Amino acid sequence: MADESATDPITAAYREVDTPSSQVAVFGDREALTLDSGAVLSPWQIAFETYGTLNADKSNAVLICHALTGDQYVASTNPVTGKPGWWSLMVGPGRPIDTDKYFVICSNVLGGCLGTTGPASIDPKTSKPYGLDLSVVTIADMVRAQAQLVDHLGIETLFAVVGGSMGGMQVLQWAATYPERVFAAIPIATGARHSSQNIAFHEVGRQAIMADPEWCAGEYFSQGRRPTKGLSVARMAAHITYMSDESLHQKFGRNLQDRESLTFGFDADFQIESYLRHQGMTFVDRFDANSYLYVTRAMDYFDLAAEFGSLSLAFKGSKTRFCVMSFTTDWLFPTTESRSVVKALNAAAANVSFVEIACDRGHDSFLLDVPEMFSTIRGFVTGAAKARGIPVPGGEG
Amino acid sequence: MSVFEPRAGGREQTIVRGDHRAVARMVPRGARVLDIGCDDGTLLELLTRECDVDGRGIEISQAGVNKCVERGLSAIQGDADTDLDDYPDQAFDVVVMSQTLQATRDPKAVVENLLRIGKQVIISIPNFAHWRNRLQLLVLGRMPVTKYLPYEWYNTPNIHFCSLRDFVEMCRELDAHVDTAVALSALGKEMKVPAPWWLWNIFAEQAVFRLTRDD
Repeated sequence: MADESATDPITAAYREVDTPSSQVAVFGDREALTLDSGAVLSPWQIAFETYGTLNADKSNAVLICHALTGDQYVASTNPVTGKPGWWSLMVGPGRPIDTDKYFVICSNVLGGCLGTTGPASIDPKTSKPYGLDLSVVTIADMVRAQAQLVDHLGIETLFAVVGGSMGGMQVLQWAATYPERVFAAIPIATGARHSSQNIAFHEVGRQAIMADPEWCAGEYFSQGRRPTKGLSVARMAAHITYMSDESLHQKFGRNLQDRESLTFGFDADFQIESYLRHQGMTFVDRFDANSYLYVTRAMDYFDLAAEFGSLSLAFKGSKTRFCVMSFTTDWLFPTTESRSVVKALNAAAANVSFVEIACDRGHDSFLLDVPEMFSTIRGFVTGAAKARGIPVPGGEG
Repeated sequence: MSVFEPRAGGREQTIVRGDHRAVARMVPRGARVLDIGCDDGTLLELLTRECDVDGRGIEISQAGVNKCVERGLSAIQGDADTDLDDYPDQAFDVVVMSQTLQATRDPKAVVENLLRIGKQVIISIPNFAHWRNRLQLLVLGRMPVTKYLPYEWYNTPNIHFCSLRDFVEMCRELDAHVDTAVALSALGKEMKVPAPWWLWNIFAEQAVFRLTRDD
């Protein structure tokens, strides 16, 4: 399926919406998903990839939660882009999250566009894409959907739930909602709420999409159009927030793009402009504009303290082992956000480790080759595996 | 942060520092332990291995914390002077503070917090009234610099020194009961001879105390 579509990425991406290349679990009327909005989703489906082998007592399952524009292809080739898994440095044989030892699950989020029910999916009632008829989803809804998948796989307790950014929000939500089902939690470069500044950036992105005439009030599919310009601008704005000032300066500085001098026009004179345009243009080939609205909204609505009364109440009595991680130059989810999670976990007398990694690459550091992050996670996961007494399939203890 | 230089090579697994050994003997098996100023986790690892404790660490240097987590220990970056208030009362069976108290800004408030958080509190401190220190001050008229406390006055992280007697007096003021005390030489060798406090206050280079609160 992925091969024949290689020539037209947009068609390929669209095909993945309802019939993903990955595994998919379909839930019928009896397994309807009740959302925070009160809406009931039925039927619905969740697309996922798995790596490694589930051991006999099903104690070695690790759930990876992806970020805003991520997908289930954490350690395998993405069928739309043909690129290797987005976290293949972290997850794989011999990697910190070692697929020789652990059974790794990664699913596409609810509201996404790579096989899990989202606004681009066909609404069974109308046989047309949901568009804006899909109820707004939340981080808790995404986690509820994942929990249903974990049930479906016959797994009672997850050994670990791991994720960065929006993935980290899901990790915190998992630990708060299903404390007895999460042995270890690794929320990375995240926070227990989306800040005002973060909501502001998302709103810019959404307005860019909705201002594109091709968006057609969300009905672009049925009219054969696509708001690529708006989505591209949304991605460009967001991409700036993923990098640090320092890394931008190092990478691009004020360097000019394929020219000797300024053109006194509005072409991409600077390398940074050309880079952002490229990021925007490639993004629209693999991501649905309405999905972008839904998933950013889910992040904006996230506020664990509001849901549970206070952050320490969210983790009260938790037996989960936490490893909270932040990066020095991340200004989207700065260390202070992680620290308030750690403070709340301490107040709940929970088992928590907190590591701030020095890295000049900003928020995106968690996706990059950062040796200190890998060694910390390897150590934490190994320690947790010992505490869990995980019988490793065919490996050393 | 290591506020003094362990001579027995604290990072090596093979040699256990004397003061760590003394702490380990005071910790009940399987206890929930918080080690404040846990450095790279050497003591916490010893307690986990030998006393089967459920251990947590707080360490002011991020490098130390990262080392702990790499070792599979639970640790967070934090400051004893400011971050202990977050912990609930009696959250731990034992709170350990090894060679760190003299580096805090408000040692009395810190010990008060330790007694609140832990059912038992184990503190090891250097003895500033050791005879070598007394002699240096008396004869040379200089602030003491020894192998055990190798810093000059201007670069020492140890900002609140006390003698063993001073420490015991502060415990009394805090209504804390010293239920066990072990005097050690600089090498961490236990001084087994039973002696009155004034003698230990001259000959011990460090000491480990276990405190409980009189209810």
